[in-house]
Amino acid sequence: MSADREAVLELQGVQFGYSSRPVLEDIQLSVAPGSFLGLVGPNGSGKSTLMKLLLGLLEADEGTIKLFGTPVQSFRDWNRIGFVSQKAGSFNSGFPATVFEVVSMGLYGKIGLFRFMKKKHKNRVMEALRLVGLEEYSGRQIGMLSGGQQQRVFIARALVSEPELLILDEPTVGVDADSVRNFYELLKELNRNKGITLLLVTHDIGAMSDYVTDVACLNKCLHFHGATGEFISNKDEMMRAMYGHDVSVIEHNHDHGHHDHHHDHDRSEAVK
Amino acid sequence: MIDVFFQYDFLRYSFYTSLMIGILAPLVGVFIVVRRLALLADTLSHITLTGIAFSMMMARYYPAFAAINPVYTGMGFAVAGSLMIEQLRKSYAYYKELAIPVILSAGIGIGVVFISLADGFTTDLFNYLFGSVAAVSRNDFTAVAVLTAVVSLLLLLFYKELFFLSFDEEQAVLSGIPARALHLMFIVITAVVIGISMQIVGILLVSALMTLPVAAAMRIAASFKQLFLFAVLFGELSVIAGMTAAFYADAAPGGMIVVINLLILGAVLSADRFLKRKEKPVWTSS
Ligand SMILES: Nc1ncnc2c1ncn2[C@@H]1O[C@H](COP(=O)(O)OP(=O)(O)OP(=O)(O)O)[C@@H](O)[C@H]1O
Ligand SMILES: [Mg+2]
Repeated sequence: MSADREAVLELQGVQFGYSSRPVLEDIQLSVAPGSFLGLVGPNGSGKSTLMKLLLGLLEADEGTIKLFGTPVQSFRDWNRIGFVSQKAGSFNSGFPATVFEVVSMGLYGKIGLFRFMKKKHKNRVMEALRLVGLEEYSGRQIGMLSGGQQQRVFIARALVSEPELLILDEPTVGVDADSVRNFYELLKELNRNKGITLLLVTHDIGAMSDYVTDVACLNKCLHFHGATGEFISNKDEMMRAMYGHDVSVIEHNHDHGHHDHHHDHDRSEAVK
Repeated sequence: MIDVFFQYDFLRYSFYTSLMIGILAPLVGVFIVVRRLALLADTLSHITLTGIAFSMMMARYYPAFAAINPVYTGMGFAVAGSLMIEQLRKSYAYYKELAIPVILSAGIGIGVVFISLADGFTTDLFNYLFGSVAAVSRNDFTAVAVLTAVVSLLLLLFYKELFFLSFDEEQAVLSGIPARALHLMFIVITAVVIGISMQIVGILLVSALMTLPVAAAMRIAASFKQLFLFAVLFGELSVIAGMTAAFYADAAPGGMIVVINLLILGAVLSADRFLKRKEKPVWTSS
């Protein structure tokens, strides 16, 4: 990719293992500004681990990771990056905080120590809530929202500091199929209209490929990285390489138990 | 009824002190409850007792030591204990909760040895355990007032960071909040608040004053800010009513304050049930 603008994200020869056994091997990845990258891979393939490396929560054993051209070790501009963790929804649902208060947290880093929320910050919070369509829920307790709405709250929290890159680790787990579609529409809109670069980790290859501009397939190594069209035309081959099984097993893997097997199968047929 | 507290100096300063702990204990208690650190508060209060016992033992053998108010020795021990807990939590990264029983038993065990080496159970010790309506002198009160101001200021200054850390530590760290330093500051604050509160409510019941008002407030607060508001309101109510009742019944204030807190909690719970508030989520029943 010969981008004239610097890559938002640049990984070179990245290797990592929690113990001596490597979880990620020789990862090369470059994300251009304005793209919407879908990162797929089976359970345990190292997707969340890769996100933690990107965010500096873990340190790579080998290779370099650059965020906006700066090595992750010396990167300090965390406000430029929004992150919604795979675990975001697993907070204590009895926590007595309102939607407004939760979204406000996204500004705390930007506001800084020894400073307080001001009127303009409050307006920003309301704006972020408007963006995800939860304006009228601002005074509700977070635990009283549905799973899909809570996901939107966490997106709003990630968006409120106006990041240039938004990283989402399986944000649609436990969200019903209709909401998933709406959710992807929202992401697409953020990507198109706000120019936010998106990195979406997901299992849901079928639905995702209608929305993303690029796809990366991970299973310890990066098996594919390219434009969505290219991914779709080589999908079966890719799947086999990534999962090491035939395709019927994959369909099974994607069955989250919410939607039935048939439905899932039909959808991925349609994608081809 | 309350005016009796203003007729005698020794009562007045205790009363002022209790007004302050009625604010401080629930303020700190909110974070203790939402971060599930109630056991930490209990542990620190037991270590405070160890420090007090140490002070009494030293006073017996070295009379010069008697000049130091045992409460400060207690606070010192609690701060040291909280640092040890942090150290142990690092050593047992995967069994962090183990640090609590280790320090708790160490505190009680060593405390009991100190108590035996001092005079055994004296009235003084009894007062530290269960609290006293007349524990605070004018000088002590000055210290209490200063500490109250410092603690409140710190909690206000770091409100947003402590809130974020309580809700989602990983994200908080990601956004650049210095989690370790703040956690350390918070347990030192807790140790100090325990030291202050202990004089009125007693060591055994300090954590009750930190958690019971919050437990009641949880049922009605619609936001995190409201949680503070209600917790402090209930805390103050329990302290004023408890102190008054303790004085007239000649009972230990700690027990009375806890009883009032339980009444408040009971009232809130039954009102909650009675109104069957639809707005409340499922968690309230668990
Ligand atoms: N904290 C950890 N300590 C040791 N091993 C870990 C840890 N976290 C993950 N692993 C291992 O690293 C590998 C990759 O895990 P990771 O969570 O990155 O997978 P993933 O692709 O995100 O999976 P999923 O789709 O289930 O979210 C797995 O084999 C897992 O067992
Ligand atoms: Mg994962």
